[in-house]
Amino acid sequence: MTDAISSFGAVGRPVSIHTDDAAKARLKGRYRTETWFKWLGAAAVALAGLFLVLLLSTIVTQAIPALRQNYVTLPIDLSAAKVDPAKLDEVNYDAIAQEALTAKFPNVTSRQDKRLLRGLISTGTGVFLRKDIAADPGMLGGTVDYAVPLDDFADLYLKGLLADVGSDEAISTSVTPSQTSGDIDLTFGDDAMLALARGHGATEGENGMLTLTSGASSLLVAFNGGTVKLTALSPAANGTVIAKGTVIEALDSTAPAASGQAFLRVIETPEASRKISDKVIVWLDMLKSAGLIESRFNSIFFFTGASREPELAGVWGAVVGSFLTMIVTLAIAFPIGVSAAIYLEEFAPRNRLTTMIEVNINNLAAVPSIVFGLLGLAVFLNFFGMPRSAPVVGGMVLALMTLPIIIIASRASLRAVPPSIREAALGIGASKVQTVFHHVLPLAMPGIMTGTILGMAHALGETAPLLMIGMVAFIVDIPGGFTDPATILPVQIFMWADFPEAGFQQKTSAAILILLVFLVIMNAIAVILRRRFERRW
Amino acid sequence: MKKFLLTASAAALALAASAGYAAARDQIQIVGSSTVFPFTTAVAEKLGQSGKIKTPVVESTGTGGGMKLFCQGVGENTADFTNASRAIKDSELKTCKANGVTPVEIKVGFDGIVLANSKAGTVVDLTKEQIFKALAKNVAVDGKVVPNPYKNWSDVDASLPATKIEVLGPPPTSGTRDAFVELVMDAACQEEVKAANEKGCGEIREDGAFVEAGENDNLIVQKLEANPNAFGVFGFSFLDQNADKLQGHKVDGVEPTFENIASGDYGVSRSLFVYAKKEHVGVIPGMQEFIAEYTSEAAWGPDGYLADKGLIPLPDAERAKWAEDAKALKGMGS
Repeated sequence: MTDAISSFGAVGRPVSIHTDDAAKARLKGRYRTETWFKWLGAAAVALAGLFLVLLLSTIVTQAIPALRQNYVTLPIDLSAAKVDPAKLDEVNYDAIAQEALTAKFPNVTSRQDKRLLRGLISTGTGVFLRKDIAADPGMLGGTVDYAVPLDDFADLYLKGLLADVGSDEAISTSVTPSQTSGDIDLTFGDDAMLALARGHGATEGENGMLTLTSGASSLLVAFNGGTVKLTALSPAANGTVIAKGTVIEALDSTAPAASGQAFLRVIETPEASRKISDKVIVWLDMLKSAGLIESRFNSIFFFTGASREPELAGVWGAVVGSFLTMIVTLAIAFPIGVSAAIYLEEFAPRNRLTTMIEVNINNLAAVPSIVFGLLGLAVFLNFFGMPRSAPVVGGMVLALMTLPIIIIASRASLRAVPPSIREAALGIGASKVQTVFHHVLPLAMPGIMTGTILGMAHALGETAPLLMIGMVAFIVDIPGGFTDPATILPVQIFMWADFPEAGFQQKTSAAILILLVFLVIMNAIAVILRRRFERRW
Repeated sequence: MKKFLLTASAAALALAASAGYAAARDQIQIVGSSTVFPFTTAVAEKLGQSGKIKTPVVESTGTGGGMKLFCQGVGENTADFTNASRAIKDSELKTCKANGVTPVEIKVGFDGIVLANSKAGTVVDLTKEQIFKALAKNVAVDGKVVPNPYKNWSDVDASLPATKIEVLGPPPTSGTRDAFVELVMDAACQEEVKAANEKGCGEIREDGAFVEAGENDNLIVQKLEANPNAFGVFGFSFLDQNADKLQGHKVDGVEPTFENIASGDYGVSRSLFVYAKKEHVGVIPGMQEFIAEYTSEAAWGPDGYLADKGLIPLPDAERAKWAEDAKALKGMGS
């Protein structure tokens, strides 16, 4: 180094310019900036990574509950008396399933309670039952144990998403009921219950009476085979406590329950602040302790179409719609895009017109997607009279949007093929077309495919252009063809995010996960294609 | 490679050709209001489940957009029904008539517009006048019309809490906003403001006290949860579905409950409509079945499944009358 510098010295520069103190300081400064830059870069990557992890973990944690669905197994009576095998379509399957459920709770008699009870199972029960019977007529003729999907609120409660529910704790004193049903009095052997109620938001009245309103936590006492909800407590003689309560599930007898025989369950979230009542919670817990409830893989979510009931809503319709739309997009954008790129790159003369076309293609790639939607509405729907909400129109709109991206990517990869390949081909007598199609295009194909797949992935995530052509619609049937009404995944996510029912929140996240999986798969294919076929020069 | 390109282009051509040919439609198409959307979709799904017809396709385009599509004309490429969160306007009816469309009006129920906040916040009892004073762009103070000077609720009325006025509501494009303006702002408009400016009554302040929160009501619910002092304006069904997080406020002393809205006691409610295209009955299969399902007691009755979704049913007599007119396909203006 020094030798080289001293040779410069011969042309009149001071020899010490790179070794004096100022130079050392400069060098140090340069290194410092470099270190700074390195750290800043690392910090930027870390920050981006952090956001990604945050986003993904939020979506994944929200989506996990949607991957499972709770079912209750009920003995469904499908004997000839209920179901006439000759008239399967006229049977009221919902009523049969609801009868099986109410039979489990013989003590539920009032009309309102019965309605509440029937609300435990999904309104789609009858549809599933009919479908399964059609598939397996062997079910008919007797009583079968059939797993019925639970309604969304019951399902959310069992997943722990509706209320803070404590566990059963043994009461360390005796409990004596006055009656087995209705509004009853309970006598507790000691006054520990008073402090407990006070700690859970009971309002203090005269004579030390504590009232548990709907704004306080619910205290449920289970004993003698039934459950009582406490409504008020007051101290009585000998340090005992007399509590008033409403029986939710009737007790077997008025025999006193000894210490440790009765159980207390506290539901922290006040009844007024949750969408599920104490009664329903008690019923669900009874079904659960009877071993009738099981959580299964949520096949409904993956393999059915949309629904207004969260527990019946699935993504399959949107997945099929996305698939059909993407096929149309690919079938239009790929051949046209690649042909355009080949012509512009290999055959077109370089003149003012081609330059202008080039500039316009580059600009088109940056046009907001909603503009393509408006174009589709004006041209395809209003002028050509094509069907609304159809994948064929959606695919055409997305193809227009993807075209410039494919053209640009294809031209870049065609340009990357060395001229020597073309010259060699021309040199041995190949025509221009033969040169391009036999030699240049195969070499450029991996790059073209990568560009196309990335363009398609971009199109798959589009919502805005489809708003205009009616793909934001509620469609239950799975689309069977290109002209059937359909919707696509991002639009389905958009719609679910807007529905008021709480159950749709998890569905939204789960659908986002599915969309992300699709995008990752498409990008992975692009990477694999490039890796396998790319030639380096 | 050549083969692949050829196949791909052939496929593209075949697609383009098939698109020009539209098969006779065997599925009902419905457009219109996003407020009625949840109810119509529920009916559509029920009907589809019954297996009587193919499940209708329901699109949420807004009332105005839906009317435009609906009144476009008669034929397979036009919608069969439109949802509306207000009655059809004269101008729209005229367009319909000019294009040969006879709408059959069906009033399906009520929707209450509620003012709600998080359960962590305080409950207040508001009058329409107080809401007007809190949210209007211009108000009358001592007989003079001035830009709204009120910062806190307590400035509007001493009985209200001393918290900042902060209301999240729908944007001007929304039907809910139109109804809110009509039912509250216009109804409680001060004489001075009315006299000073014809537009003055419906104008909502833009100084940050009223926040346009977009069409997504779930977003409003989340924001209210985060800020107990803020109020939100939305349809009753959102309050109903989020009763665990939100509480509705009384307006003019009446609580926004299902019963109060149904009986008409709650002052801020509007009617919801569905319009059927008479010309399509008998042409597009399922039109009559859809009308029959919508107007059945199992759907729109007090115990029907639409009530579970938040639709407030009409009084018994009115329901019977509308159901009869709908089944008789009584067209408008004919």
